[in-house]
Amino acid sequence: MTIVQRTNRFFELSLNLRERALVVVAALLLGSVYLLPLWNLTMFAPQYPDGLRMNIYSYKLEGGNAGQDVKEINVLNHYIGMKDLAAEDFTEFKWMPFVVGAIGLLCLRTAAHGRMMDLVDVTVLYTYFAAFSLWSFGYKLYSYGHSLAPTAAVKVAPFMPPMFGHKKLANFDVYSYPAAGSYLLTLVVVLLVAALWLAWRDDAPAVMTVDT
Amino acid sequence: MKSTKVIWGSAALMVLALPAIGCAPSAPAGAKRTAAGASDIAVAAQKTFVAPGDLDEYYMFASGGHSGNVYVYGIPSMRHLSTIPVYSPYPATGYGFDDDSRKMLGNLTWGDVHHPSLSETNGDYDGRWLFVNDMNGRIARIDLRDFKTKQILGPVANISGNHSGAFVTPNTEYAMMGTRFSIPIPKGTVVPIEKYATEYKGVVAGVKIDKTSGEMSLGWEVMLPPFDFDLGDAGKKVSDGWMFWTSYNAERATGKLEVTASQRDRDYIAAVDWRAAEKAIADGKGDMIGGVKVIDPKKVPGIVYLMPCGKSPHGVDVAPNGKWIVGSGKLQGVTTVFNFEKIQTAIRNKDFTGEEDGIPVLKYESIKEAEVTVGLGPLHTQFGPDDFAYTSLFVDSAIAKWKLGTWEVVDKVPMSYSIGHLAAAEGDTVSPDGKYLVGLNKLSHGRHLSVGPSQPESSQLVDISEEKMKLLYDAFTEPEPHYAQIVKADKLHPIEVYPKEENKHPLAVWDVKDTGVTRNGTNVTVKAVLVRSTITPTSVTVNQGDTLTVAITNIEQTTDELHGFGLLDYNMNVVVDPGETKTFTIKADKPGVFPYYCTNFCSALHQEMQGYLIVNKK
Repeated sequence: MTIVQRTNRFFELSLNLRERALVVVAALLLGSVYLLPLWNLTMFAPQYPDGLRMNIYSYKLEGGNAGQDVKEINVLNHYIGMKDLAAEDFTEFKWMPFVVGAIGLLCLRTAAHGRMMDLVDVTVLYTYFAAFSLWSFGYKLYSYGHSLAPTAAVKVAPFMPPMFGHKKLANFDVYSYPAAGSYLLTLVVVLLVAALWLAWRDDAPAVMTVDT
Repeated sequence: MKSTKVIWGSAALMVLALPAIGCAPSAPAGAKRTAAGASDIAVAAQKTFVAPGDLDEYYMFASGGHSGNVYVYGIPSMRHLSTIPVYSPYPATGYGFDDDSRKMLGNLTWGDVHHPSLSETNGDYDGRWLFVNDMNGRIARIDLRDFKTKQILGPVANISGNHSGAFVTPNTEYAMMGTRFSIPIPKGTVVPIEKYATEYKGVVAGVKIDKTSGEMSLGWEVMLPPFDFDLGDAGKKVSDGWMFWTSYNAERATGKLEVTASQRDRDYIAAVDWRAAEKAIADGKGDMIGGVKVIDPKKVPGIVYLMPCGKSPHGVDVAPNGKWIVGSGKLQGVTTVFNFEKIQTAIRNKDFTGEEDGIPVLKYESIKEAEVTVGLGPLHTQFGPDDFAYTSLFVDSAIAKWKLGTWEVVDKVPMSYSIGHLAAAEGDTVSPDGKYLVGLNKLSHGRHLSVGPSQPESSQLVDISEEKMKLLYDAFTEPEPHYAQIVKADKLHPIEVYPKEENKHPLAVWDVKDTGVTRNGTNVTVKAVLVRSTITPTSVTVNQGDTLTVAITNIEQTTDELHGFGLLDYNMNVVVDPGETKTFTIKADKPGVFPYYCTNFCSALHQEMQGYLIVNKK
């Protein structure tokens, strides 16, 4: 069989109940993105022994201490000329929930049609979306750290806030880690890839039979 | 020579006799800088040391006497945590400068706080409010949600020299007031001092407390003979519904009272059936005096009875079970315990020995349970668990520990020096904690680095957790602690910022965009915002003669981010807590340029938090 034939044949594969179930679970997990935070930033300083906390959701920023912590972070950042962290500046909050919803629908569509082609589509699309979101988040952090007002009371060199792990910024120890939502979103990829692999493996003996 | 022999002999005799004569010691026996040996010092240090960052177990609310303040301490560290201004302006918190607190203070800029009284539920502290008396006929309520003075009631009609407050009843139905310096009533009446015994009146009052808001209003007043009503305590449990007030000067004397008012062996404790007083007022009884209804016990019997108590009694304290009422005659060596049940029996049986202005005097022998020989100059009694009582002895400068029921004195600890009040942990409630007791002494005599003639008072922490009382710690305080109360820290739940959504001030603004100046004729209103590190507006221009009202909102919601607003040369400084709005009003009568700035250090750019008031010349 030529590679083209093989590929065509692969795309024509149908999904069994098990793979379809995995895709449905993936779709359900996507729903969690509306409930759980994607990223968590925690900042400690001598003056803030309890820390300042911020949870980033797909659609909102949530400060610790009943929202007070984000206000406090903004008050502190205004001294170095950083823009306020404001929900309306995060375009991600608009497109992320929409895209996640769309991918969820595509997952359900894949489960209903039970076609490998759809599964490949949604997996590729979702991986692209995840990668783009990560880049977008990183770029956002970069922008906040690099577009500092020239009139700031305290001049600091432009900086990249930590995206993953710990970084010391002035008197603050900043910790940035993915939160529950991100882990579940990662699990979505795992489930989709698992469905792909299982479907492919189930088919493998048949392919071999044809060969002999 | 014979005479030489005599001289030598006499000299030898004198040398022999010398040891027998001796000389006075340089200090009194038992006088030591510390009351304990070295090992006890280590124990005391451990018991009082609250490590950095750790919290105390109890709050102590101590009256600040004629400073007009209440001081808050942590127990057992004895660290001064906070000052709550009540009757005096206090620039540190801007109290007495902004419109509201200025209005509350009225024309008086001092007060004399003696007896803090924490609100109670079922005879136990509930951590809601603290009531404090003022000698100028006033009573104030501090809300323990934010540790701020919320209301000052008075001067209340007919009450003169309100020493005998603010003792609350077991469910905070009432806080009390009373006259120490009898006068002709209503206030403003002039009667020659020669007619003191008949024309001057003592008055006691119940101040009604609203259950939900804590708002105080006058409930009832009872007119009494011109004794000097000194201290009080509300009955609890079996004696709930009764109020006991000590008095001196049963002689109704004038002039040199230290002599003339100390002639009789017994004065009186007035027992007032406050539920009966409440009912009499509700039934429309009482005469209008000074604009308020006053009950005359002669016309409305069954409300007041007099309990003879030796001698010039100062404190009266009701034991946790409500049965024992301890009256301490300051001019004798015993404290007297009365039995509430016997008092009730004597009232029922009309077991009287006479009357004072129509008020029955109960027969002493019928109501007395015991005379406890605690020591000289007993003043006040507090209670611990297991029926122990602790009585302060002013003259002996000591605390006596004794047992209710057996009436035995079991221990004494010296106080340095001349103890007045004492406060045990929840020691005046239905369930005292024991553990700690603080002696609130009147003299400190060199137990601290010298600070000149105006000396602080000493407050000493005593461990009462064991059989023997042990002195743990000396602390010093500004004049002048009288009574104090010690409450378990977990009974209080103070807020740390004023939540934005609770701020209903009509002039509050929460965004610098909404700040600004509006003019209405010569009345100028400024809406200002304080937030790190700018006062907005940064300048205000008005004309000479304008009346300027400035409403300042601290829009922070962060703990400890207080901001001040000090206006130079206009005698103005307010401090605004996070989430709070305060207003102040000044007449801009001086032309010129006047800086204003943040007085309460807030941030790295605190110094820059400043602006200008420009007053154009007319």
